[in-house]
Amino acid sequence: MALAFDEFGRPFIILREQDQKTRLRGIDAQKANIAAGKAVARILRSSLGPKGMDKMLQGPDGDVTITNDGATILEQMDVDNQIAKLMVELSRSQDYEIGDGTTGVVVMAGALLEQAERQLDRGIHPIRIAEGYEMASRVAVEHLERISQKFEFDVNNYEPLVQTCMTTLSSKIVNRCKRSLAEIAVKAVLAVADLERKDVNLDLIKIEGKVGGNLEDTELIYGILVDKDMSHPQMPKQIEDAHIAILTCPFEPPKPKTKHKVDIDTVEKFETLRKQEQQYFDEMVQKCKDVGATLVICQWGFDDEANHLLMHRNLPAVRWVGGVELELIAIATGGRIVPRFQELTSEKLGKAGMVREKSFGTTKERMLYIEHCANSKAVTIFIRGGNKMMIEETKRSIHDALCVARNLIRNKSIVYGGGAAEIACSLAVDAAADKYPGVEQYAIRAFAEALDSVPMALAENSGLQPIETLSAVKSQQLKENIPFYGIDCNDVGTNDMREQNVFETLIGKQQQILLATQVVKMILKIDDVISNSEY
Amino acid sequence: MPIDKIFKDDANEEKGERARMASFIGAMAVADLVKSTLGPKGMDKILQSTGRGHSVTVTNDGATILKSLHIDNPAAKVLVDISKVQDDEVGDGTTSVVVLAGELLREAEKLVTSKIHPMTIIAGYRMAAECARDALLKRVMDNKEDAEKFRSDLMKIAMTTLCSKILSQDKEHFAEMAVDAVFRLKGSTNLEAIQIIKKPGGSLRDSFLDEGFILDKKIGIGQPKRIENAKILVANTAMDTDKVKIYGARVRVDSMTKVAEIEGAEKEKMKDKVNKILAHGINCFVNRQLIYNFPEELFADAGVLAIEHADFEGIERLGLVTGGEIASTFDNPESVKLGHCKLIEEIMIGEDKLIHFSGVAMGQACSIVLRGASHHVLDEAERSLHDALCVLSQTVNDSRVLLGGGWPEMVMAKEVDELARKTAGKKSHAIEAFSRALVAIPTTIADNAGLDSAELVAQLRAEHHNQGCNAGIDVISGAVGDMEERGIYEAFKVKQAVLLSATEAAEMILRVDEIITCAPRRREDRM
Repeated sequence: MALAFDEFGRPFIILREQDQKTRLRGIDAQKANIAAGKAVARILRSSLGPKGMDKMLQGPDGDVTITNDGATILEQMDVDNQIAKLMVELSRSQDYEIGDGTTGVVVMAGALLEQAERQLDRGIHPIRIAEGYEMASRVAVEHLERISQKFEFDVNNYEPLVQTCMTTLSSKIVNRCKRSLAEIAVKAVLAVADLERKDVNLDLIKIEGKVGGNLEDTELIYGILVDKDMSHPQMPKQIEDAHIAILTCPFEPPKPKTKHKVDIDTVEKFETLRKQEQQYFDEMVQKCKDVGATLVICQWGFDDEANHLLMHRNLPAVRWVGGVELELIAIATGGRIVPRFQELTSEKLGKAGMVREKSFGTTKERMLYIEHCANSKAVTIFIRGGNKMMIEETKRSIHDALCVARNLIRNKSIVYGGGAAEIACSLAVDAAADKYPGVEQYAIRAFAEALDSVPMALAENSGLQPIETLSAVKSQQLKENIPFYGIDCNDVGTNDMREQNVFETLIGKQQQILLATQVVKMILKIDDVISNSEY
Repeated sequence: MPIDKIFKDDANEEKGERARMASFIGAMAVADLVKSTLGPKGMDKILQSTGRGHSVTVTNDGATILKSLHIDNPAAKVLVDISKVQDDEVGDGTTSVVVLAGELLREAEKLVTSKIHPMTIIAGYRMAAECARDALLKRVMDNKEDAEKFRSDLMKIAMTTLCSKILSQDKEHFAEMAVDAVFRLKGSTNLEAIQIIKKPGGSLRDSFLDEGFILDKKIGIGQPKRIENAKILVANTAMDTDKVKIYGARVRVDSMTKVAEIEGAEKEKMKDKVNKILAHGINCFVNRQLIYNFPEELFADAGVLAIEHADFEGIERLGLVTGGEIASTFDNPESVKLGHCKLIEEIMIGEDKLIHFSGVAMGQACSIVLRGASHHVLDEAERSLHDALCVLSQTVNDSRVLLGGGWPEMVMAKEVDELARKTAGKKSHAIEAFSRALVAIPTTIADNAGLDSAELVAQLRAEHHNQGCNAGIDVISGAVGDMEERGIYEAFKVKQAVLLSATEAAEMILRVDEIITCAPRRREDRM
């Protein structure tokens, strides 16, 4: 208890304002934490795999999100429990690092916690369990490395990449046209990839969505799409061979940053000021014109007068373009962002083969396509779909697919999906357990059992008999010593994941196991929870 | 062991069956709500807003009804959303899409209670939707080549769309108007060029399409009321006091005389501006912003018609119609493109004076003047006409048409039924259910018209067993009839959008097995 007595029997206070805090200690704390972690994992469990269900989330403002993506579900779930927050964090870090497998990592952690609880009941000390998990995870990661396969592809033969992306997309609502979306994702990644350095800057891939049309209309644009239109309704809607001036200064009279006042006290001053003002606009437009720009893209707004002058001098312009988009345009067109009119030179102009405005549907929404850029390193994926939620979900799915493709370019190793890798690891860990003397052995076995829970959940979600299927696959793997057998989620009739073309990236899997183990270790080490009670 | 609650205080979580029930019920409730507005004999709804004035809307338009509902059920929100998208994308079929999605979910509910997994239902629905679309594609008609026929197709589509609305009395008149207006657009889908002006008074029959352009403004006093061969400068510039835009400039004077001097200079500046504008050789000047009395007087002196405060759309449209550019600086009169029109005059509609530009250079834009007994009637008429225009403009681009009156649904249902018979496995139940959901649409149309739906649909089904049959429900005579003869046509694009978005939405709701509602954001209490 939070109350202690000194040698004279007088109580003294260790925890301030103890009546306002709640406190859980020892085994109770661990049990409570494990229960919370398991509860979160249980929510996600049914979303795992190609036949996983979606969750509908209603946000604080009544907005609705329907998704299957673990990271998104947890992020929007609005959890209050500390341990549950840790799980949310866990899936988020998987999302940042790998981008895919966000559901799997939470399910894995949940299973580890469940096993840990059983070991705790046996009287094994939590630290020993944690250590055992640590050892087991090392074994599993090494084993993954061993069973992984290099897989070959290059820019011309990207079929294997498409297959892998399709595995990722098959668990999402977009699986109706996963083939075309996977191709789009792979082409996009290849377009921006630096194959020499084996790196992909995903910032160069912009994902835009617009409600309307079908999912099939989703397209990849080798260029930039800006959700803006020309500043003046009568400017040309199509510019070929555009030279683009990218400006971050407004077409307005300059505003010096220092405080100042211009006092007008005579008619002459008034007149000169007026002249000056007109001159400003004239000069600005002339400058752009002089360097040979045929399109002006500006981060800020235009004055009405400047707008007309631009139009008048036949210089189309786009205003209020966001900073990120501006940067992308600069990268794509090979131009430089110019902060001042004085610094505008013809070398700093970006070049694009075609700039055009396109309108959609019956509403007056228009978008600006910038295509055939000098430097085609920036691409845009333009998503169409039946409704807003569909588009948001497609965006998330494409993001996952992009991450997978990127990971493959970084590291060409793959393991087989459909639970095959987990089952193989589970076998390896189980075998390794016997070599460890001491209590950790039990923890290691528990780890092996926890690994089984991912294929188990897959089987469950696919409507198969979980225990039967799992044991059948496990014995098959052991008998033939081939780590490619997994759960046949799509009811194709074969357990061989090579034939089904279900891959996952090696680093993704490894990361899942490592992250889940880490979090579980952290949770197991907590033996005291002090929280402010609400009132 | 107490399991701590994971969520925040007011958040709640519904799982599995309960979640599915909640979304089914919500979605079906919304579908049932708009169901009675479907079809030519559909009823209207009165919507009273909670805002100030409790303004009332009477409408039959699915999208408008759903837009104004305050819905808490997340699944119902999905349906509202698809109807909104349908409105944006094709303009019509906003009710049908919701009703179809509702029916699909109703069927799905039955399947779920008979222990079929939602994923199986989804797989079946997908196959069925694909098959239904192919069935439609096989039966489409395309008369794009034949201008005469194409026009009559458009007329029929417009009349079919309008017959379910308030305009059904004069549908021929309005269909004519809508088709004319859309033909003027010459294939563009920019409906902004069609201006709809609502003036209470008269009857709906008095509405007319005007070739020119009507601006709902008055002509300044003392300025010519009628100009022939007008040269128009369309501008967006400040014609009040022209502010100095240089930052931080302010006037500081030390004597009264100086104030007078600066005032004079200001006036001089304005005069300069007016002179520059006049130098364009114009006799009509339209500005988006205010024109103060002083410049207005100057314009009147020069015999130029000055129109102030035309709104942004009006200006853009005027620029489009007359072919002039929207100007903001006036230093180079020789290179500014002026707008032209044959005649500007003031006309009276009801009690209001309007400015009428006729004989304009570009024939793209036109105005439709709607007359009607009350604001409610006019608002509804505008919505109906807008629907018709949207559908027509989409059809001009995608000229494939289908028959109406429940014909497409029956065609699809027949094909889907056949597919169900061929498919092995549990999916066939879902495919069958899909066809039942499709048949629900003609059933609803008949029900709404007070006809014996069971009898009619059964007749229809029998008719459709013959190859190449054109039978549908003729609500007016209350019997099954040949839709081609009755001239009931619908656009293929609308039907396809209805089919695909309804399936997509149903699929989305079916996939959900858990609803998590976050705690509503607390409004800050202002004491």
